[in-house]
Formats: sequence, structure tokens, C-alpha cells
Amino acid sequence: METAETPRGASPPPVMGVSPLHAVGAGLLPRGGALHRFANPGRFLRLSGRVQPWLIGAALLTLGIGLPWGLFFSPPDYQQGETVRIMYVHVPMAWLAMGGYTGLAATAILSLVWRHPLADLAARELSPVGAAATALCLATGSLWGKPMWGTWWVWDARLTSVLVLFFLWLGHAALVRAFDDAERGARMGAILALIGAVNVPIVKFSVDWWNTLHQPASVTRLDAPGLHVDILYPLLVCALGFTLAFMALVLARTRAAVMERRIRALQMAAARRAEMPAQGREAELA
Amino acid sequence: MTRKKRRLWVLLLCALGLGSATALTLTAFQDNLVFFRSPSDIARDAPKPDRAFRLGGLVEGGSVTRETAPDGRPEARFRVTDGASTIPVTYGGVLPDLFREGQGVVTLGRLGPDGVFRASEVLARHDETYMPPEVADALKRSGHWNPNQGAAPPAASWNTLEPAPARPRSGS
Repeated sequence: METAETPRGASPPPVMGVSPLHAVGAGLLPRGGALHRFANPGRFLRLSGRVQPWLIGAALLTLGIGLPWGLFFSPPDYQQGETVRIMYVHVPMAWLAMGGYTGLAATAILSLVWRHPLADLAARELSPVGAAATALCLATGSLWGKPMWGTWWVWDARLTSVLVLFFLWLGHAALVRAFDDAERGARMGAILALIGAVNVPIVKFSVDWWNTLHQPASVTRLDAPGLHVDILYPLLVCALGFTLAFMALVLARTRAAVMERRIRALQMAAARRAEMPAQGREAELA
Repeated sequence: MTRKKRRLWVLLLCALGLGSATALTLTAFQDNLVFFRSPSDIARDAPKPDRAFRLGGLVEGGSVTRETAPDGRPEARFRVTDGASTIPVTYGGVLPDLFREGQGVVTLGRLGPDGVFRASEVLARHDETYMPPEVADALKRSGHWNPNQGAAPPAASWNTLEPAPARPRSGS
């Protein structure tokens, strides 16, 4: 996401008054409060700008270790042979698909209850990334299923519920962009995200509640992980790396969205000023 | 403050309603959500003849025979077991790579009047065990595990086992 890589010096101009982010939650936004300290877009841009380079660096470093470790230096599986390496992408993507959706549900609560304007923006920018992770999870799973199970796809409870999760991600991404009124779109998206959250435990526990072709969980078992440490450790490093990369992507997208809104607000203010000089000056003073 | 609280309560109530509705629906459709039925299920409640269903279980150790049918197609015979019950299966077709004795399989087909399940599709099921070949060999050598008899021993007994350095790794 190069779009968000603005130089540190180009920090946002101090025109808080015209930011539409304040207009979105207008009237309901109380002053102060821990949650709302980050609702200020200027503060968010400043803070996230400081975090972002570290986040990207950590993601690149972790993936730079985890992926070669998993894809080249870890042992093959006694049964699956080299095909086991698909897991180093598949499992992190599956976790991100579910964890990301839990995050989407959290933004929905923030949006519906506290009318947190940044939560709406984050949700809007989160869903395409989540959809991509879920698509990768499905694609890699299918590639693994053909040589191992003997089929690309079956309609068992795990695979079907993950496909539903993919459609929920896509539906959210489309719904929040389907309204001329951005606030209305965000409200609808938040409701969809909360309804869809029912699917997350179904995905997770489908392999325990019903018998499926998909195997039960290996890492998060009650006794001990069913993976040998030579396979488990690179998997955990890959999962951490992909998670950091996911967070960096969403953060960069959200920063870009905040800046986009600010630019649009400035352009509109400038246009108003050019049209009606007297009123424009008023808006600037407000 | 009160408006926020009210919204939070409405949301919690909605979540509770939605959650219970989903739980009830899933419980009601329990039987339709299972991907396969075990030999014990079939023994307890045999499906109507000529009705296709999926039978799942472990391939019984020592039960696999591969023959060539009169029309020249390969035909495999094996028994699928879940420990309590066993059902003989015939299948004419290519078996997946993971198919072996002791492996979990899911077969789609019909139960004949002779009690033999005629499969039109055999899928291998993978269990939640991932280990390097050296570790599997070590377990087999030490007598802790015979793959033909089923799943690997509890993971805690082997998942930190140091594989013997005798065999070079076949990765490339």
C-alpha cells in the first residue's frame, strides 16, 4: 500500500474544523473518553504514522524468516510429503479469515453503540483484505485437497461454513460501498458484520460438532499440538508474520481513507470559498 | 450515556436472539450436517436400499485386496470400521494417494442387499497428525505405533522427539 506511505513531514494540516469525520458522528460524539481519544483523525494519523514503519518492518522480518523456514527448511510430512508446505499459507489465512471477522464484529459494536467514526472507516478498509485472506484460504485448501483427499471440494460443514464466511466478507465490502450516504452504508455494514459473526464459532467448531472430511484442529488441541515441533514452529512464525502483514495492510488502507476524506473536505471547502467568499471564511473560522 | 447504554442492551438482546435461533436451527438439522455416517450408525439404523449416502471410518488393517474386475477395471475390496462395527466395501476406480490400511476414508455409494457397500467415490481423510518421516519411522521401529492399526499415539509422546540423523532429509 504505497498510497499511505506519506513522508513524516507531510503531517496533516491543522484544519480539524472541516474534517467530515467529525460530521459523521456529529452530535453523538462526547468530548473526551478513552474510546474517543482515537476518534480524532489527526491524532490517529499521527499515532498510526509512528507505528506503521515498525509494523511493516516486523511483518517483513517475520515472514522473511517464517516462509523460507516453512517452505524450504522444514521437514516433509511422513504421509503428505512436500504437500504439507501448503499448510504454512493455508492455516495462517484461515486464522486471519476468522480473526479478522471477529475484528470486523468489534468495529461494528464500536460503530453501533459508540458511533465511533474511525471504526466505520476501519471496517470499510478491513473487509477487502479479509475477503482476500479467505479466498487464499479456500484456494490453498482446494490445492491441498485434490492430492490428499482426492477431491478439490466437498460440501462438508467446515468447507461450506468457510465459503459462507467468504461471501460475508464480500457482502460487507459491497454493502458499505452501495450507499450514497456513507454513514448509512456503514450502519448497514455493521449490522451485517454482527449477524455474520454467528458464523465464526460455526467455522471454528464445525469439525468438532459434526463429522467432516476436514481434519479437526491440530494446533489448538486440549492435550498437545498434533504437529511435530519441526513443523509447528515454522507454522507459528508464518502465522505471526501474516498477521502482522494483515494488520499493516489494514492500517495503511485506513490511513489512506482518512487522508482521502481530508483531501475531499479541503477541496470542498476550497470550492465553497471560491464560490461564496464570505461563507467560506466562516467555515474556516468554525 | 443512557442512549449508548440502550443501544448496547438492544445489541446484546439481538445477539442473544440470533445466537439462540442459530443454535436451535443447527441442532434441528444436526443429522443433515454430518458429512458421513459411521458403520455403527448404519448398524443401528440402516438407510433404505438404493439410497446413496457417505460411509466413513478407518480402513481395517489387513482387509485391503486389489483385484482386476472381469472388464479390466481395477477393483479394491476393503472393510471400513469404527471399532464397534465393520462394513465391507468394493470400489472400482483410482484410490487417493493417502489411502492405506489404518487410514480414515469417506466413501460415497449404496449399501447392497448382501450388506456390501458399493462405493462410487473414495476420499481419504487426513487426521490432525503432522510429523517428519524420520519421527514416524522412529515410532514404528520402537513399536509405539503401527500405522495399519490406526491413529498415531498421543502427540505429547512424540511432538518434540528428535529425529535420528541417520537418514538425510528428502526435501528439495
